[in-house]
Amino acid sequence: MDLIINILSMTVPFSVALLLASIGEMFNQRSGVFNLGCEGVMAMGAFLGMLVPFMVGHGGPVSNGWNWLGLLLAALVGALLGLFFGVIVVTFRAPQGIAGIGLQMFGVGTAGTLFRHFVGGTQSIPGMANTPIPVLSRIPVIGPIFFSHNLMVYLAFLFVPVAWYILFKTSWGLKVRAVGTHPRAADSMGINVNRTRYEALALGGALAGLAGAYLSVCQVKMFSDELIAGRGFIAVALVYFGHWHPVKIMGGALLFSFAQTIQYNVQGLGIDLPYEFFVMLPYVVVVVVLAFTSRNQTTSPSALGKPFNREIRT
Amino acid sequence: MEERIRQLRMEHITKRFPGVLASDDISLTVDEGEILALVGENGAGKTTLMNILMGIYQQDEGRILINDREVHFKGPEDAFEAGLGMVHQQYMLVPNMTVTENVALGYKKAWKPLKLDLDMVRSRVVEVSEHYGLAVNPDAYIWQLSVGEQQRVELVKTLCLGARFLILDEPTSALTPQETDELIELLKRMKDELSIIFISHKLNEVKALSDKVVILRHGAVVFSGDTADYSSGDIAALMTGHEIVLPENKEPRVQGELALSIRNISVRSDRGFLALENLSLDVHQGEIVGLAGVSGNGQRELAEAINGLRPVESGTIEFFGVDLANKSPYYVIDHGMGYIPEERNIEGIVPSFAVKENFILKDSDSDRFSRHRFLKKKVINDNAVTLKDQFDIRTPDTSTAAGSLSGGNIQKVILAREITRAPKFLIAVYPTRGLDMGAIEFIHQELLKKRREGIGILLISEELDEIMNLCDRIAVIYKGGIQKVLTHEEANRRTLGIYMAGLKEEE
Repeated sequence: MDLIINILSMTVPFSVALLLASIGEMFNQRSGVFNLGCEGVMAMGAFLGMLVPFMVGHGGPVSNGWNWLGLLLAALVGALLGLFFGVIVVTFRAPQGIAGIGLQMFGVGTAGTLFRHFVGGTQSIPGMANTPIPVLSRIPVIGPIFFSHNLMVYLAFLFVPVAWYILFKTSWGLKVRAVGTHPRAADSMGINVNRTRYEALALGGALAGLAGAYLSVCQVKMFSDELIAGRGFIAVALVYFGHWHPVKIMGGALLFSFAQTIQYNVQGLGIDLPYEFFVMLPYVVVVVVLAFTSRNQTTSPSALGKPFNREIRT
Repeated sequence: MEERIRQLRMEHITKRFPGVLASDDISLTVDEGEILALVGENGAGKTTLMNILMGIYQQDEGRILINDREVHFKGPEDAFEAGLGMVHQQYMLVPNMTVTENVALGYKKAWKPLKLDLDMVRSRVVEVSEHYGLAVNPDAYIWQLSVGEQQRVELVKTLCLGARFLILDEPTSALTPQETDELIELLKRMKDELSIIFISHKLNEVKALSDKVVILRHGAVVFSGDTADYSSGDIAALMTGHEIVLPENKEPRVQGELALSIRNISVRSDRGFLALENLSLDVHQGEIVGLAGVSGNGQRELAEAINGLRPVESGTIEFFGVDLANKSPYYVIDHGMGYIPEERNIEGIVPSFAVKENFILKDSDSDRFSRHRFLKKKVINDNAVTLKDQFDIRTPDTSTAAGSLSGGNIQKVILAREITRAPKFLIAVYPTRGLDMGAIEFIHQELLKKRREGIGILLISEELDEIMNLCDRIAVIYKGGIQKVLTHEEANRRTLGIYMAGLKEEE
């Protein structure tokens, strides 16, 4: 029983980076752009996020405001990287897959280089402390699983309904969905397709940057070249897994993170299997689930990956 | 209340696309309460002209005036502002959104900062649909609606956004005959309140609906005048540059050997229900059998089942004594089947391949076009040049990507390939859908030529005139079964219409 509670109470905070990044990627894709560079943006976010509290406290304790400033800076730079990606794929209509891989390598490489320059070797920071919610965190089982984490965890999960509301209940969400599914129709209704895509890319980038910073500031509390470990790509996969819907994406993020937590815990139990098998497990889960997910044509943004050009006749 | 549009004028509009003069010094005028028909063959520049009017394209020369004041539309939103609204031929509706959401896309009044006021949009949709008698369900998703319903949504959408001047781009091209009649009645009623430009190449509709007609050919106005002064024949002649008389099947019936014998087949649709249920049909050599019916009654599934593209649940498809049910397309082709599929751009050609490559899609392995798997370039080129001339395919050269040709020319590429392979039998699915008169004439002639050569043809069509002109026998399909088989003599529009609507005998 303790083991299960332990696994579940790790599952929730471990899912946050995936959750934020994949909700961001969902906005990108809903607007018709898939950003494979998510991994790179997360790496930049992770580096910048930990850089602020590290520079201020030299690895020692800092006031929590600096942690938040790190997260904010990561989101800001993430948004700028999203816009930069927009210049390449929206304005210049470069192939999105290739450009995304480019952004991934740029982000991971730049973050690593800057890290060596400004920080040097591996340095941990105190990072963001947990803030158990009064009363709720003392409920048995539920408390440790859901209400004993840092503030970013609560905020990230609160953002799921907010993202749903933005997507389905605001005029901006309506525009995003329209330009991602039938840009020509949106254009004929006087909606600026490219501008809407830029806006979605900025939001997606900000969330990816934030996701990266969450890892370095709130979860692992350090930065290394392997910190992101493919989470950016998993986030892209989770968007397909969740059919471009925030709640289903949250389910996917929790499932993946659950598989990952099991892996950590089972390794410690001394089961006689090569540990690589358990490391592999979460990724296998994603691949298997994706392979069996139904392709529902009615929800997918059908203009995904296609640049828009008003005067090209189709 | 916005200003009324008493008159709209386009003067000396010229628009060039790379290598094409799409609009060549075009002028036209529409007064309040008028319906202007803009007529011309495919590629004549009708849609381009209207896209310029809506601000989607910018003209290179010329100007647009509303009530004698020049206007500049930088985008569709400026055109809406001025009271113009366009229903595009390919509907501009987002399939995974509801009717209300689609209207909301352009209904800026409902765009509150933190909330989209869908209730406001919804009541506007209801108000407009009641005012004009356009029945739509505001909460339905677009993908759930039939083509006719989607068109009503387009009209409602355009009217909701305050259009007082409607542009309709081939509004009837995807409608059933009944839906077409309804639309024409509706537009006649609406003209009391609106002006309309109506793009079409169906002359009976032009005659029935319009006050004035402007005919375009190769991007230029060749004629404009009052519709009432000219017959359909006059307009057709002006449109194509020569008189058009669609060929008819007048030769005696020579029923040859039984070619295709379908016995009690059942086939499922993409959505899993039975699209064909115990359907049986015979076609002999030397006859054209028409399969008439409202589209969506199993026509697609029948054609696909015969050609090995769809599994058959039960029953047999005997083709010269061989069962084709659940065989591969290769097997079917190898046994001499010719197939003109419904979706010419998707199933009929590989759009990015050159015309000459599309000609040999089914024969690239044959000794004629390859040796030891290496393609014989010269033979392929010569073959392409021959077919291009023989079938009058309008393409810069045979290396042009087939997908860049017009619909009529793409259909000629498919027809040329299928016919010159010397098939034993031919299945043609909606072979003239969306084509102009010149192309229809050509395709009808070719089909009749094949019939004279003793080939059996199964012609699936929703155009009753086409079926009655060409077919020796007519089978009516309804809900996946053959409702009735009539001879050429027994068939007329009325009886076919009754059987197509699912009634068994005249009541």
